[in-house]
Amino acid sequence: MNAIEIVSLTKKYKDVTAVDNLSLTVKSGELFALLGVNGAGKTTTIKMLSGLTKATSGDALLHGNSIVSDIASVKSLIAVSPQETAVAPALTVKENLELICRIHGFSRDVTDKKISELCSLLGLDILGKKKAGKLSGGWQRRLSIAMALISEPKILFLDEPTLGLDVIARSELWDIIRELKGKITIVLTTHYMEEAEALSDRIAIMKDGKMIICGTVNQIKEAAGTDKFEDAFVRIVKGETK
Amino acid sequence: MRMLAFAKRNAKEILRDPLAIGFSLGFPIVLILLLSAIQANIPVSLFEIENLAPGICVFALSFMTLFSATLISKDRESALLQRLYTTPLTASDFIFGYILPIIPISIAQSIICYAVAIILGMSVTLNLVYAILFIIPTVLLYISLGLLCGSLFNVKQVGGICGALLTNLSAWLSGVWFDLELVGGAFKRIAYALPFVHAVELERSVLQGCFDEIFSHLIWVLAYALVLIVVAIFIFLSQMKKQ
Repeated sequence: MNAIEIVSLTKKYKDVTAVDNLSLTVKSGELFALLGVNGAGKTTTIKMLSGLTKATSGDALLHGNSIVSDIASVKSLIAVSPQETAVAPALTVKENLELICRIHGFSRDVTDKKISELCSLLGLDILGKKKAGKLSGGWQRRLSIAMALISEPKILFLDEPTLGLDVIARSELWDIIRELKGKITIVLTTHYMEEAEALSDRIAIMKDGKMIICGTVNQIKEAAGTDKFEDAFVRIVKGETK
Repeated sequence: MRMLAFAKRNAKEILRDPLAIGFSLGFPIVLILLLSAIQANIPVSLFEIENLAPGICVFALSFMTLFSATLISKDRESALLQRLYTTPLTASDFIFGYILPIIPISIAQSIICYAVAIILGMSVTLNLVYAILFIIPTVLLYISLGLLCGSLFNVKQVGGICGALLTNLSAWLSGVWFDLELVGGAFKRIAYALPFVHAVELERSVLQGCFDEIFSHLIWVLAYALVLIVVAIFIFLSQMKKQ
């Protein structure tokens, strides 16, 4: 079953086409990566899929709900962990999670249960009473992902989840993302090739708003005629493949 | 429920900022104490507590504009609002979520200012209760200014425009520090074309029991509050769409 079906999605800003006629499908439970250099159109794609930006043309169906005609239903299915830190700094870790639970209308009992489960999963238990603004970048990113997960979304958008994190924090976040694989559909944007290679079931490489290839790591390496994914990415983006 | 959750978060963000508490409560109290001390040592009637307290109550609300505008612009600059835009929160949840928590904080601020004034000798009458009720239109005026500035400007600009310009406009053009009749001319005409002096005179009239004078000032405050809140909501929503 397809979780996401994108059909000719396009976003234009005056003279610039940020996303150009993008069409692809993401299967339910799949971890799908949008890979590309800065300005490739990855974040704009996520913004359109999550209702933050209106598409200029085209459409996308998320579990059958259109981002053009039924964005309210789409919003009840998704969660987004944006590129920048997206936490309320003066609220504690627990209060940040409670805020999202109350916005989604969960009861007190359900809220407490979810907070306990997620804090345990993401190692946030000991920081429950600490203000989010006082956490390190890595812990803020964990909290940000916890806030996205707490609504039990069917589709999770992770926009550059490890941007700016040190090696250890990145590795720990990768473990968390691996834990989620198969349980929900994840769309991840990144410009780190090793991240896309390590985590994804399938990868779409974007350049100048266009998808230039989509497949598994091995399919992409095969198409580029190389054993190294980084070399394959460079060849494909530079247009050096036959 | 959703809106209240967001409103509660906004209240916590403001109340947990020591600067916000210091300025919104501490500064007005210091002003009342300082100006009352000056009054006690000068032969002319310049800062009589019955005139001073309502003026300070209104002036203190300019800090509410500053804090609400700062919160909104900070949220806009951070990714938190982006995250919340992807949740079931609606546009009205956002607007009321920003407006509602400021109302009780502002009323509490006025109660504290009047309590200090009572300690300093202001007479306790039933009009005090009316004065606190009649501060609400002025609270709405300052909140709408906060929503407007927070939607239009970034955090740095909010600091300059609300922190310096608005607090000064609100102080000099409101007749809190001196009688506008003393200056007269264009200055007085400009002051009376703006809502600040009307807000102060509304409070003074209520407190002194001059209820026949209320309407002429109330209409100015309400008209400005209404126009500003409509403009602020329009700009907030258009910024929301842009993001």
